[in-house]
Amino acid sequence: MSRRAKLVWLAAALVALLFPLVAARPTWQNTAILMLMTAQMGVAWNILGGYAGQVSLGHAAFFGAGAYVSTLLSIKLGLSPWLGMVAGAGVSAGLSLLVGWPCFRLKGHYFAMATIAVGEIVQAVVNGWEFLGGAVGFYLPLQEKGFWGFVFNRSKLPYYYIALGLLAFSLLVNWAVARSRTGYYLRAIKDEPDAARSLGVSLTRYKQTAMVISSALAAMGGTLYAQKELFIDPGSTLSTSLSIKMALAAIMGGVGTLAGPVVGAVVLTAIEEASRVAFGGTGRGTDLVVYGGLIVVIAVFQPAGILGLFASRRGPARAAPAEAPAKEAA
Amino acid sequence: MTAQLLLQTLLSGILIGLVYALVAVGLTLIFGVMDIVNFAHGEFLMLGMYAAFWGFALWKLDPLFTLPLTALLLFALGAALYRLIIRRITDAPMLSQIFATFGLMILFRGLAQYLWKPDFRSVGESVVAGKVAFAGLQFGLPQVVAALGAVLTTAAVWWFLRSTRLGAALEATAADKEAAALMGIDAQKMFALAWGLGAACAGVAGALLSTYYPIFPEVGSTFILVAFVLVALGGFGSVAGAFWAGILVGVVEVVGGFLWDPAYKMVLVLSLYLLVVWLRPQGLLGKA
Amino acid sequence: MSPLLLEVRGLTKRFGGLTANEDVSFSLSAGEIVGLLGPNGAGKTTVFNSLAGFFAPTSGDILLEGRSIAGLPPERVAALGVARTFQIVRIFKSMTVRENVMVAALLRHRAVPVARRKADEALAFTGLSGRAGDPAGQLTVAEQKRLEVTRALAIEPRLLLLDEVMAGLTSSEVHEAVEMVKRIRDRGIACVVVEHVMEGIMPIADRVVVLERGRVIADGPPAAVASDAAVIAAYLGEEYRAPGP
Repeated sequence: MSRRAKLVWLAAALVALLFPLVAARPTWQNTAILMLMTAQMGVAWNILGGYAGQVSLGHAAFFGAGAYVSTLLSIKLGLSPWLGMVAGAGVSAGLSLLVGWPCFRLKGHYFAMATIAVGEIVQAVVNGWEFLGGAVGFYLPLQEKGFWGFVFNRSKLPYYYIALGLLAFSLLVNWAVARSRTGYYLRAIKDEPDAARSLGVSLTRYKQTAMVISSALAAMGGTLYAQKELFIDPGSTLSTSLSIKMALAAIMGGVGTLAGPVVGAVVLTAIEEASRVAFGGTGRGTDLVVYGGLIVVIAVFQPAGILGLFASRRGPARAAPAEAPAKEAA
Repeated sequence: MTAQLLLQTLLSGILIGLVYALVAVGLTLIFGVMDIVNFAHGEFLMLGMYAAFWGFALWKLDPLFTLPLTALLLFALGAALYRLIIRRITDAPMLSQIFATFGLMILFRGLAQYLWKPDFRSVGESVVAGKVAFAGLQFGLPQVVAALGAVLTTAAVWWFLRSTRLGAALEATAADKEAAALMGIDAQKMFALAWGLGAACAGVAGALLSTYYPIFPEVGSTFILVAFVLVALGGFGSVAGAFWAGILVGVVEVVGGFLWDPAYKMVLVLSLYLLVVWLRPQGLLGKA
Repeated sequence: MSPLLLEVRGLTKRFGGLTANEDVSFSLSAGEIVGLLGPNGAGKTTVFNSLAGFFAPTSGDILLEGRSIAGLPPERVAALGVARTFQIVRIFKSMTVRENVMVAALLRHRAVPVARRKADEALAFTGLSGRAGDPAGQLTVAEQKRLEVTRALAIEPRLLLLDEVMAGLTSSEVHEAVEMVKRIRDRGIACVVVEHVMEGIMPIADRVVVLERGRVIADGPPAAVASDAAVIAAYLGEEYRAPGP
């Protein structure tokens, strides 16, 4: 990481830590929590979708696994949601192995199509399964339980700092993966799968590794969501539109980069909230129009995302040494 | 289950399956010609439905009468989308391709919600209404007419591909772009044609469905999933394969819903899809 | 003669009704350079893909030091010490030159810093050190081909399969490539070289195997093969240009 990048990260961390102290209004804090949670989901998605290049459009299944496992354990067994978060990550990772087994035989578009199918299957099954709350879902009791109980109703602040902590943890995992052997292999698989194989890289094994990490992180985000909202149902935690949102945060900021999903989530949430205020509530479709339009524009004109705008400005400068003699001659 | 009931169920499955097939034919056409999965395909169907609906609501024109107009409108939309957007991503990374059409899907759904409200709507009184009965079996006339219309349209597409110069050019482009280019075929035109035809197929299916199916902005979501399944089962890019797969899936869905629980019929169909792509990634009827 | 490193026995590969290779047999000793020649469509690349694990042979066997590797997936074949390049280069474009080679070096050296050192050694060997930090996509075609060779070497193979690494290069670049192949051989790595550029392969090959329509029509020292009537008729007569003075 360059010196400049370190400084930017440090500054961002400081702003994030101090923000709720400066902006004390609950609506501001709530928006900030949404940004952090969306960023965390995007980081989770990015490990599989951005680094390994396997576009999953069914990641809500993993997010939902985290939300449902911790909620069930809390309601039925009275376990702390923190333990539920760990259990949810485990269940989600297990589910990802089950999903990856058939789906990783597919490439590109086919993989994306298959993951949509997986997401829809999970949503339909939970919808019809009484034990899992069916279409109604679950409410968690709203009573202050302190840190270990993971329910706070006096202030949003604890959720803010937990969301920030989870995002930091996810970024740390992402950073560690990216600079490890696995990280190099994932990027190689994304660029040229056949060449990667010829260098001894097992595609299935490393895609699966990425998916296990990605799904476990997504599940942790799911638990946080359940504890913050104290209500989950298939529509809010398992829908394909949630899967899209996770992907969109990463794509908007820049896929396959550490900071991309964070930048994307901040911008995306800001746009969402702004259009909600401007056009008044969801359900009128304006949020979808904005979403859809943005996705198309980014996909067609700026595939490298917002960070790509900066990188492309820096790109030629980095390439300069190779071209310098030509410039001198001119 | 009596033989009578079994037959009734089987035939109902085939009726809806034929409409599914027409939706998938459009999707597989686009896919076969340019290797792009159109995630917004269900929205072409949705727009076809709304075209039929507004024709009826504004001018009291039956969806069946406005069908040619609907087909034309959707053809124009498909071709225009190709010119404006898809053309720019034919050589782009896969991620861009997936998200460009995915974005279109969300955009169209949002537009439909914004312009026409998220409510369920239906065409009040179509010329096709009531029931047809024979040999003790009973079917809704709209379902029968929709299935017939779908078969005719599929047959027309099939004929176009097999028996016209333009169709042959389209098939040649699908088989080998470079060879087709050498023969003087303009790939850009063929791609636009595929998008136009693909959208028109979905639009016609939507218009046919509009006589008995609720019309709402997200209606495409069910049909796109089924269409994915058919395209995979039938072999990616194969029109005939999509047709037979349509019948198979229609039957599986109706019989499965009958024996098990209608709420799970989609689970059944999607599981069938995962099973097939897992065992035969090239599709059930596709060649290795 | 040193013991056999690679033995191809009766290799046959069919795609549907199409026979790409029919009963192909040849062998290779450790440290040997064998040229694999033949007109376009003769089945050279198919042999290559079978050797590297990308195709499973329809029948026949491939033995690496007496152990069958036929039908193993590419990553296993690579781990056993067979490296390859691609006819159409497949470098990792989003990575730097050094990172490209590191991916390969990580096969034998799991620790990233060690792999980085090994990658730099390999880059020094092939003369690409100066470009180690550049994005791989910015290399010239000749450099990209050299990067592929570097990458292949970094998995520390016993056998290197080179697929037309000299095609499309200028004559001075061909000369450099020839020198590089010699130096690779001097390190004890055997090479199978598929090549259209004859002046590149004839002087350095210990033996030449010629394929036509999927079958072996000649196998021997370059001089003998070059004067073989069948070979001249099939291929060399029209394409072989004698090395310049």
